[in-house]
Amino acid sequence: MSAVFARCQAVLLALVALLGSIADPARAQGADSRRSGFDFMSAATQALQRDDAQNPVMLWVADGARRWRDASAGRACAECHNTAEQSMRGVAARYPAWDDRLGEPVNLQKRINLCRERHQSQPPLRSEDDAMLALESYLAMQSRGVPLTRPDDPKLAESLERGSRLYSTRIGQLALSCAHCHDQLAGGRLGGSPIPQGHPTAYPIYRLQWQSAGSLARRLRGCFAGVRAEQPAPMSRDMIELELFLAARAAGMLHEGPGVRP
Amino acid sequence: MAARTLIDMPRQVKRGEAFEIRVMIGHSMETGYRRGSDGERLPRDILTEFRCEFEGEAVFSARLYPAISANPYLSFGMMADRSGELVFSWRGDRGFAHTERVALVVV
Repeated sequence: MSAVFARCQAVLLALVALLGSIADPARAQGADSRRSGFDFMSAATQALQRDDAQNPVMLWVADGARRWRDASAGRACAECHNTAEQSMRGVAARYPAWDDRLGEPVNLQKRINLCRERHQSQPPLRSEDDAMLALESYLAMQSRGVPLTRPDDPKLAESLERGSRLYSTRIGQLALSCAHCHDQLAGGRLGGSPIPQGHPTAYPIYRLQWQSAGSLARRLRGCFAGVRAEQPAPMSRDMIELELFLAARAAGMLHEGPGVRP
Repeated sequence: MAARTLIDMPRQVKRGEAFEIRVMIGHSMETGYRRGSDGERLPRDILTEFRCEFEGEAVFSARLYPAISANPYLSFGMMADRSGELVFSWRGDRGFAHTERVALVVV
Protein backbone atom coordinates (compact mmCIF):
# COMPACT_ATOMS: atom_id res chain seq x y z
CA MET A 1 0.00 0.00 0.00
CA SER A 2 2.69 2.42 1.05
CA ALA A 3 4.75 1.45 -2.04
CA VAL A 4 1.82 2.46 -4.27
CA PHE A 5 1.48 5.68 -2.36
CA ALA A 6 5.19 6.37 -2.77
CA ARG A 7 4.94 5.76 -6.49
CA CYS A 8 1.94 8.08 -6.80
CA GLN A 9 3.88 10.66 -4.91
CA ALA A 10 6.86 10.27 -7.26
CA VAL A 11 4.63 10.63 -10.34
CA LEU A 12 3.01 13.68 -8.81
CA LEU A 13 6.39 15.24 -8.08
CA ALA A 14 7.52 14.57 -11.65
CA LEU A 15 4.34 16.20 -12.93
CA VAL A 16 4.89 19.24 -10.75
CA ALA A 17 8.46 19.48 -12.03
CA LEU A 18 7.26 19.18 -15.63
CA LEU A 19 4.60 21.83 -15.18
CA GLY A 20 7.16 24.04 -13.52
CA SER A 21 9.45 23.72 -16.50
CA ILE A 22 6.65 24.57 -18.95
CA ALA A 23 5.81 27.67 -16.96
CA ASP A 24 9.42 28.82 -17.00
CA PRO A 25 11.04 28.41 -20.42
CA ALA A 26 14.43 29.53 -19.13
CA ARG A 27 14.40 26.58 -16.76
CA ALA A 28 13.07 24.25 -19.45
CA GLN A 29 16.42 24.57 -21.26
CA GLY A 30 17.82 22.86 -18.20
CA ALA A 31 19.52 25.15 -15.71
CA ASP A 32 22.48 22.78 -15.71
CA SER A 33 23.07 22.92 -19.45
CA ARG A 34 23.41 26.70 -19.49
CA ARG A 35 27.00 27.81 -19.33
CA SER A 36 28.52 31.25 -19.18
CA GLY A 37 30.92 32.35 -21.90
CA PHE A 38 33.50 32.20 -19.11
CA ASP A 39 33.46 28.39 -19.30
CA PHE A 40 34.39 28.50 -22.98
CA MET A 41 37.51 30.61 -22.43
CA SER A 42 41.11 29.46 -22.06
CA ALA A 43 42.51 29.08 -18.55
CA ALA A 44 44.71 32.15 -19.11
CA THR A 45 41.76 34.37 -20.04
CA GLN A 46 39.76 33.00 -17.11
CA ALA A 47 42.64 33.91 -14.79
CA LEU A 48 42.51 37.45 -16.15
CA GLN A 49 38.85 37.78 -15.19
CA ARG A 50 39.29 36.15 -11.77
CA ASP A 51 41.98 38.57 -10.64
CA ASP A 52 40.85 42.17 -10.28
CA ALA A 53 44.44 43.39 -10.28
CA GLN A 54 44.91 41.93 -13.77
CA ASN A 55 41.47 42.52 -15.27
CA PRO A 56 41.83 45.68 -17.37
CA VAL A 57 38.12 46.47 -17.02
CA MET A 58 38.95 47.54 -13.46
CA LEU A 59 40.44 50.70 -14.99
CA TRP A 60 36.90 51.54 -16.10
CA VAL A 61 35.39 50.47 -12.79
CA ALA A 62 37.75 52.78 -10.88
CA ASP A 63 36.92 55.60 -13.28
CA GLY A 64 33.19 54.90 -12.80
CA ALA A 65 33.57 55.10 -9.02
CA ARG A 66 35.16 58.51 -9.44
CA ARG A 67 32.43 59.69 -11.83
CA TRP A 68 29.71 58.44 -9.46
CA ARG A 69 30.82 61.06 -6.94
CA ASP A 70 31.81 63.72 -9.47
CA ALA A 71 29.70 66.84 -9.00
CA SER A 72 31.77 69.13 -11.25
CA ALA A 73 29.01 69.27 -13.92
CA GLY A 74 26.14 69.73 -11.49
CA ARG A 75 24.56 66.95 -9.49
CA ALA A 76 26.58 63.80 -8.82
CA CYS A 77 25.02 60.33 -9.13
CA ALA A 78 25.81 59.82 -5.45
CA GLU A 79 23.67 62.79 -4.48
CA CYS A 80 20.49 60.80 -5.18
CA HIS A 81 21.76 57.23 -5.08
CA ASN A 82 24.24 57.54 -2.20
CA THR A 83 26.64 54.63 -1.90
CA ALA A 84 26.49 52.47 -5.01
CA GLU A 85 27.73 49.43 -3.07
CA GLN A 86 24.37 49.41 -1.31
CA SER A 87 21.87 51.26 -3.49
CA MET A 88 22.98 49.68 -6.78
CA ARG A 89 23.40 46.10 -5.53
CA GLY A 90 21.72 43.80 -8.05
CA VAL A 91 20.50 46.60 -10.33
CA ALA A 92 22.57 45.59 -13.36
CA ALA A 93 21.24 42.04 -12.97
CA ARG A 94 17.64 43.12 -13.51
CA TYR A 95 17.98 45.27 -16.61
CA PRO A 96 16.55 45.85 -19.25
CA ALA A 97 13.50 47.16 -17.39
CA TRP A 98 10.36 49.09 -18.26
CA ASP A 99 10.37 52.91 -18.25
CA ASP A 100 6.90 54.32 -17.70
CA ARG A 101 7.61 57.79 -19.07
CA LEU A 102 9.05 56.48 -22.33
CA GLY A 103 6.59 53.60 -22.48
CA GLU A 104 9.32 51.20 -23.61
CA PRO A 105 12.01 48.97 -22.15
CA VAL A 106 15.37 50.56 -21.39
CA ASN A 107 18.73 48.93 -20.80
CA LEU A 108 21.22 50.07 -18.18
CA GLN A 109 22.98 52.44 -20.59
CA LYS A 110 19.73 54.09 -21.54
CA ARG A 111 18.77 54.36 -17.87
CA ILE A 112 22.07 56.13 -17.21
CA ASN A 113 21.31 58.53 -20.08
CA LEU A 114 17.75 59.13 -18.84
CA CYS A 115 19.16 59.93 -15.41
CA ARG A 116 21.61 62.35 -16.98
CA GLU A 117 18.87 64.10 -18.95
CA ARG A 118 16.13 64.13 -16.31
CA HIS A 119 18.10 64.74 -13.15
CA GLN A 120 21.55 66.00 -14.06
CA SER A 121 20.78 68.21 -17.08
CA GLN A 122 23.61 66.62 -18.99
CA PRO A 123 23.70 65.42 -22.60
CA PRO A 124 23.36 61.67 -23.23
CA LEU A 125 26.51 59.62 -23.69
CA ARG A 126 27.21 57.39 -26.65
CA SER A 127 27.16 53.66 -26.02
CA GLU A 128 30.94 53.22 -26.34
CA ASP A 129 31.91 56.49 -24.68
CA ASP A 130 34.53 55.81 -22.02
CA ALA A 131 32.44 57.69 -19.46
CA MET A 132 29.40 55.52 -20.25
CA LEU A 133 31.41 52.30 -20.07
CA ALA A 134 32.98 53.47 -16.81
CA LEU A 135 29.62 54.09 -15.14
CA GLU A 136 28.15 50.89 -16.55
CA SER A 137 31.16 48.84 -15.42
CA TYR A 138 30.95 50.36 -11.97
CA LEU A 139 27.26 49.42 -11.75
CA ALA A 140 27.93 45.92 -13.12
CA MET A 141 30.51 45.54 -10.36
CA GLN A 142 27.74 46.02 -7.77
CA SER A 143 25.89 43.01 -9.23
CA ARG A 144 28.76 40.57 -9.17
CA GLY A 145 27.46 37.23 -7.88
CA VAL A 146 23.81 38.29 -8.09
CA PRO A 147 21.56 35.99 -10.18
CA LEU A 148 20.11 37.62 -13.30
CA THR A 149 16.43 38.28 -12.62
CA ARG A 150 13.73 37.21 -15.00
CA PRO A 151 11.85 40.41 -15.85
CA ASP A 152 8.38 39.91 -14.35
CA ASP A 153 6.88 43.29 -15.33
CA PRO A 154 3.83 42.39 -17.46
CA LYS A 155 4.44 45.52 -19.56
CA LEU A 156 7.62 43.85 -20.84
CA ALA A 157 5.78 40.82 -22.24
CA GLU A 158 5.35 42.23 -25.73
CA SER A 159 8.97 43.40 -25.98
CA LEU A 160 10.17 40.07 -24.68
CA GLU A 161 8.17 38.33 -27.38
CA ARG A 162 9.61 40.61 -30.06
CA GLY A 163 13.13 40.02 -28.73
CA SER A 164 12.53 36.30 -28.78
CA ARG A 165 11.36 36.51 -32.37
CA LEU A 166 14.42 38.55 -33.41
CA TYR A 167 16.63 35.92 -31.73
CA SER A 168 15.17 33.12 -33.81
CA THR A 169 14.59 34.93 -37.11
CA ARG A 170 16.97 34.32 -39.99
CA ILE A 171 18.79 37.55 -40.83
CA GLY A 172 21.48 38.85 -43.17
CA GLN A 173 23.03 37.51 -46.35
CA LEU A 174 24.05 34.35 -44.52
CA ALA A 175 20.40 33.84 -43.45
CA LEU A 176 21.29 32.71 -39.95
CA SER A 177 19.44 33.43 -36.72
CA CYS A 178 21.10 33.87 -33.33
CA ALA A 179 19.59 30.51 -32.38
CA HIS A 180 21.37 28.66 -35.18
CA CYS A 181 24.77 29.26 -33.60
CA HIS A 182 24.05 29.92 -29.94
CA ASP A 183 21.40 27.24 -29.36
CA GLN A 184 22.13 24.57 -31.94
CA LEU A 185 25.90 24.87 -32.38
CA ALA A 186 27.01 26.20 -29.00
CA GLY A 187 30.06 24.32 -27.80
CA GLY A 188 31.25 23.83 -31.38
CA ARG A 189 33.72 26.03 -33.19
CA LEU A 190 33.49 28.77 -35.76
CA GLY A 191 36.91 28.81 -37.36
CA GLY A 192 39.21 28.48 -34.37
CA SER A 193 36.90 30.12 -31.87
CA PRO A 194 34.50 28.32 -29.54
CA ILE A 195 30.83 29.22 -30.00
CA PRO A 196 29.43 30.17 -26.59
CA GLN A 197 25.76 30.00 -25.64
CA GLY A 198 25.46 33.76 -25.76
CA HIS A 199 24.48 34.60 -22.19
CA PRO A 200 25.04 38.27 -21.28
CA THR A 201 26.39 37.56 -17.80
CA ALA A 202 29.54 39.68 -17.76
CA TYR A 203 28.79 42.93 -19.59
CA PRO A 204 30.30 45.39 -20.11
CA ILE A 205 33.31 43.24 -20.97
CA TYR A 206 36.97 43.86 -21.58
CA ARG A 207 37.41 42.12 -24.91
CA LEU A 208 40.98 41.20 -25.79
CA GLN A 209 40.18 41.52 -29.49
CA TRP A 210 38.97 45.09 -28.94
CA GLN A 211 41.84 45.97 -26.57
CA SER A 212 39.15 47.89 -24.73
CA ALA A 213 35.98 47.66 -22.69
CA GLY A 214 32.77 47.46 -24.71
CA SER A 215 29.04 47.10 -24.32
CA LEU A 216 26.70 44.22 -25.05
CA ALA A 217 25.38 46.25 -28.00
CA ARG A 218 28.87 46.38 -29.48
CA ARG A 219 29.22 42.62 -29.15
CA LEU A 220 25.79 41.99 -30.67
CA ARG A 221 26.51 44.36 -33.53
CA GLY A 222 29.59 42.23 -34.24
CA CYS A 223 27.31 39.21 -34.63
CA PHE A 224 24.96 41.17 -36.93
CA ALA A 225 27.93 42.14 -39.08
CA GLY A 226 29.13 38.52 -39.00
CA VAL A 227 25.96 37.26 -40.68
CA ARG A 228 26.00 40.35 -42.93
CA ALA A 229 22.81 41.83 -41.59
CA GLU A 230 21.91 45.44 -40.95
CA GLN A 231 23.10 46.36 -37.46
CA PRO A 232 20.58 47.86 -35.05
CA ALA A 233 21.87 51.00 -33.34
CA PRO A 234 22.92 50.70 -29.69
CA MET A 235 20.02 51.56 -27.35
CA SER A 236 17.55 51.23 -30.24
CA ARG A 237 14.27 49.43 -29.61
CA ASP A 238 15.35 46.30 -31.54
CA MET A 239 18.66 46.13 -29.69
CA ILE A 240 17.11 46.55 -26.25
CA GLU A 241 14.41 43.98 -26.97
CA LEU A 242 17.05 41.47 -28.02
CA GLU A 243 19.02 42.28 -24.87
CA LEU A 244 15.82 41.80 -22.88
CA PHE A 245 15.26 38.35 -24.35
CA LEU A 246 18.89 37.37 -23.69
CA ALA A 247 18.55 38.52 -20.07
CA ALA A 248 15.40 36.44 -19.64
CA ARG A 249 17.11 33.48 -21.29
CA ALA A 250 19.97 33.76 -18.81
CA ALA A 251 17.73 34.36 -15.77
CA GLY A 252 19.10 32.66 -12.68
CA MET A 253 22.69 32.62 -13.94
CA LEU A 254 25.08 34.65 -11.82
CA HIS A 255 26.19 38.09 -12.95
CA GLU A 256 29.97 37.99 -13.14
CA GLY A 257 30.48 41.73 -12.83
CA PRO A 258 32.41 43.28 -15.70
CA GLY A 259 34.28 40.35 -17.23
CA VAL A 260 36.92 39.50 -19.79
CA ARG A 261 36.23 37.81 -23.09
CA PRO A 262 38.62 36.83 -25.90
CA MET B 1 42.79 63.61 -19.31
CA ALA B 2 44.77 62.17 -16.48
CA ALA B 3 45.77 58.56 -17.04
CA ARG B 4 43.95 55.83 -15.17
CA THR B 5 46.16 53.48 -13.19
CA LEU B 6 45.73 50.51 -10.88
CA ILE B 7 48.47 49.67 -8.39
CA ASP B 8 48.12 46.44 -6.47
CA MET B 9 50.57 45.97 -3.60
CA PRO B 10 50.55 45.61 0.18
CA ARG B 11 50.69 49.03 1.88
CA GLN B 12 52.41 47.51 4.91
CA VAL B 13 55.14 44.85 4.76
CA LYS B 14 57.59 43.11 7.05
CA ARG B 15 61.22 44.21 6.99
CA GLY B 16 63.25 42.23 4.44
CA GLU B 17 60.27 40.24 3.21
CA ALA B 18 59.75 39.96 -0.55
CA PHE B 19 56.43 41.14 -1.94
CA GLU B 20 54.87 41.66 -5.33
CA ILE B 21 53.83 44.90 -6.98
CA ARG B 22 51.41 44.84 -9.91
CA VAL B 23 50.68 47.92 -11.96
CA MET B 24 48.37 48.64 -14.86
CA ILE B 25 47.80 51.84 -16.78
CA GLY B 26 45.03 52.72 -19.22
CA HIS B 27 46.69 53.44 -22.55
CA SER B 28 45.74 52.60 -26.14
CA MET B 29 49.29 51.58 -27.20
CA GLU B 30 48.53 52.54 -30.79
CA THR B 31 51.19 50.75 -32.81
CA GLY B 32 51.55 53.12 -35.74
CA TYR B 33 50.93 50.25 -38.14
CA ARG B 34 47.12 50.37 -38.22
CA ARG B 35 44.95 52.40 -40.53
CA GLY B 36 41.80 54.21 -39.48
CA SER B 37 38.42 54.03 -41.19
CA ASP B 38 39.54 56.87 -43.48
CA GLY B 39 42.48 54.80 -44.74
CA GLU B 40 45.05 57.08 -43.15
CA ARG B 41 47.73 55.54 -40.99
CA LEU B 42 47.10 56.13 -37.27
CA PRO B 43 50.19 57.77 -35.80
CA ARG B 44 52.15 55.77 -33.26
CA ASP B 45 51.19 56.56 -29.68
CA ILE B 46 52.71 54.15 -27.19
CA LEU B 47 54.27 54.15 -23.77
CA THR B 48 58.02 53.78 -24.08
CA GLU B 49 59.28 53.59 -20.53
CA PHE B 50 58.19 52.54 -17.06
CA ARG B 51 60.17 53.14 -13.92
CA CYS B 52 59.60 52.38 -10.25
CA GLU B 53 61.79 54.07 -7.63
CA PHE B 54 61.93 53.68 -3.87
CA GLU B 55 63.36 56.74 -2.11
CA GLY B 56 65.37 57.66 -5.22
CA GLU B 57 66.65 54.13 -5.82
CA ALA B 58 65.53 52.24 -8.93
CA VAL B 59 63.48 49.14 -8.10
CA PHE B 60 62.39 48.15 -11.58
CA SER B 61 62.36 49.67 -15.01
CA ALA B 62 61.14 48.52 -18.40
CA ARG B 63 61.12 49.67 -21.99
CA LEU B 64 57.86 49.20 -23.84
CA TYR B 65 57.41 48.57 -27.55
CA PRO B 66 54.58 48.62 -30.11
CA ALA B 67 53.86 44.88 -29.78
CA ILE B 68 52.76 45.32 -26.16
CA SER B 69 48.98 45.25 -25.81
CA ALA B 70 46.81 48.16 -24.71
CA ASN B 71 46.58 48.95 -21.00
CA PRO B 72 50.02 47.48 -20.16
CA TYR B 73 50.27 45.38 -17.01
CA LEU B 74 53.60 44.80 -15.26
CA SER B 75 54.46 42.87 -12.13
CA PHE B 76 57.70 42.71 -10.21
CA GLY B 77 58.99 41.97 -6.73
CA MET B 78 60.90 43.97 -4.18
CA MET B 79 62.10 44.01 -0.57
CA ALA B 80 62.37 46.99 1.73
CA ASP B 81 64.26 47.53 4.98
CA ARG B 82 62.72 50.90 5.81
CA SER B 83 59.50 52.80 5.25
CA GLY B 84 59.36 55.21 2.36
CA GLU B 85 57.64 56.32 -0.80
CA LEU B 86 57.39 54.40 -4.05
CA VAL B 87 57.24 56.49 -7.20
CA PHE B 88 55.82 54.91 -10.34
CA SER B 89 56.32 56.78 -13.60
CA TRP B 90 55.35 56.12 -17.18
CA ARG B 91 56.65 58.00 -20.22
CA GLY B 92 55.53 57.75 -23.79
CA ASP B 93 55.02 59.32 -27.21
CA ARG B 94 53.61 62.82 -27.60
CA GLY B 95 55.20 63.87 -24.34
CA PHE B 96 53.11 61.47 -22.27
CA ALA B 97 54.17 61.45 -18.63
CA HIS B 98 52.32 60.13 -15.62
CA THR B 99 53.45 59.61 -12.04
CA GLU B 100 51.83 57.85 -9.07
CA ARG B 101 53.09 57.74 -5.50
CA VAL B 102 52.36 55.12 -2.85
CA ALA B 103 53.58 55.22 0.74
CA LEU B 104 55.06 51.96 2.01
CA VAL B 105 55.19 51.18 5.71
CA VAL B 106 57.79 48.66 6.89
CA VAL B 107 57.24 47.04 10.27
